[in-house]
Amino acid sequence: MSLTADDVNKIAHLARLGIDNQDIESYAKDLSGMLDLMTQMSELNTDNVEPMAHPMDQAQRLRADVVTEPNNRDKFQAIAPQVEAGLYLVPKVIE
Amino acid sequence: MHTKTLLELAQGLRSGDFSSVELTRSFLNRIKQYQNLNAYITVTEEAALQNAEAADARLANGTAEMLTGIPIAQKDIFCTLGVKTTCGSKMLDNFTAPYNATVVEKLNQAGAVMLGKLNMDEFAMGSSNETSYYGAVKNPWNINTVPGGSSGGSAAAVAARLAVCATGTDTGGSIRQPAALCGITGLKPTYGRVSRYGMIAYASSLDQGGPMNRSAEDAAILLQAMAGFDEKDSTSVDLPVPNYRAGLNNSLAGLKIGLPKEFFGEGLNGGMAATLETAINEFSKLGAEIKEISMPALKLAIPAYYVIAPAECSANLSRFDGVRYGYRCENPVDLTDLYTRSRGEGFGKEVKRRILIGTYALSAGYYDAYYIKAQKIRRLISDDFKNALSEVDVLMGPVTPTTAFGIGEKIDNPIEMYLSDIYTIAINLAGVPALSVPAGFVAGMPVGLQIIGNYFAEDKLLNIAHQYQQVTDWHLHTPKGFE
Repeated sequence: MSLTADDVNKIAHLARLGIDNQDIESYAKDLSGMLDLMTQMSELNTDNVEPMAHPMDQAQRLRADVVTEPNNRDKFQAIAPQVEAGLYLVPKVIE
Repeated sequence: MHTKTLLELAQGLRSGDFSSVELTRSFLNRIKQYQNLNAYITVTEEAALQNAEAADARLANGTAEMLTGIPIAQKDIFCTLGVKTTCGSKMLDNFTAPYNATVVEKLNQAGAVMLGKLNMDEFAMGSSNETSYYGAVKNPWNINTVPGGSSGGSAAAVAARLAVCATGTDTGGSIRQPAALCGITGLKPTYGRVSRYGMIAYASSLDQGGPMNRSAEDAAILLQAMAGFDEKDSTSVDLPVPNYRAGLNNSLAGLKIGLPKEFFGEGLNGGMAATLETAINEFSKLGAEIKEISMPALKLAIPAYYVIAPAECSANLSRFDGVRYGYRCENPVDLTDLYTRSRGEGFGKEVKRRILIGTYALSAGYYDAYYIKAQKIRRLISDDFKNALSEVDVLMGPVTPTTAFGIGEKIDNPIEMYLSDIYTIAINLAGVPALSVPAGFVAGMPVGLQIIGNYFAEDKLLNIAHQYQQVTDWHLHTPKGFE
């Protein structure tokens, strides 16, 4: 199976991942190779096999509903690209 | 001092042969002397010397533990409070972690002295350490070859004696493969044995931290300090941690070893096969019984892994959005542009490939054909391990198809690079523990033997590796020029 440049652009958009135009073809080629590899899976019949998402078949642990985290806002915002008055800044979304 | 094992150094610190400050200085000097290996991304000289002083005080007042005063290094995937934590990526080149990973916290508490942060493939995606934003690491056995990956800096640093030992992480072989290519002992514990808290996520159902050391005995000491239940990791397993050194000297008489025939097929280089055969014979001499077995689903481990790991990575790496931390592009025109360019400029090529293929595999219309299919194959692989390990105590096989390959040899051919992980990937899919132990050389380059055990059988793996290291000396060899 092979992916076209259009496919790559579409996937890149879904992933919000900028790809330089000049590199699209090379990604299309690499991703097609990866898909060929993945297609080998069809060799094996997996009807009636239960999918395995995780090595430990365990339920998520529960804990008491009490506050355990301290307020780290200042610490976390100190490493943010742009903050003001305790808020993270991004380009204007609503005109 | 750098030629001694962890255990010897711990004894030397106690008998007053040298102080932790002296030991730490000697390693810091070696790090400078061998900068050309590019094993470290960050060296924390000042903090190391302060911590060494504190360790000396603990040694003097009798509160020291086994690791107190021992110079170690952390793979740069573990968050270290106040220290740059890059994960080998431009995305985190400006990132100073606001907290410690549990592994870092535990090793700090034990009094280990962190020398710095080790180079790695970007976001642990790679098998050669060439995808690092900070450049390739060189293999001390031959600086024109790769050290393996993704814990390439860890393996090169331990092999070249630029740290007594190091932490690594293993998602598809990232501890065992570089350990094999650099001639050291590396253990991937059972999934859930070592906390993932503060260990930057690649594929959360596969990622596991572990020790990288010269010997199995040293690995037992480091794992002891790393392992254990952690409330902060939702998949941490709440089981008691055994004393890993207690069983090291158990006899191997009657041990049942299975050799999966799928591991010894045509892909394995001839010299490697002969070296491994000699290694496995040593176990017969120690009284083990060897038996060939078959694990038919193993051959599909690579395709299943390259669906599951990228799928999980595409979700995990969506957190790098240029808003809260990490790289942000200049002058974004709108929010989409901010996301797209920050991620496009911050991530390297291999990371982008995996995000893209993972996004594709999870997208509408393809989810069942790829992701669910891969999870079904994962079940069959896991069943193969369960069946095999009910027949025999452990499995043995190669870690890699060849010894270390040349820098630049595979970097432009991702599929060929992926195929070099053929013997390590299935273990992560099943979640069982496995280690790589030095088992000889082919044309002067180290060969690793892989020993795979049942869930939580780390003590057994360390016992087997330790017994092997009592009758062989492969783990004591030092690369030329680093003596």
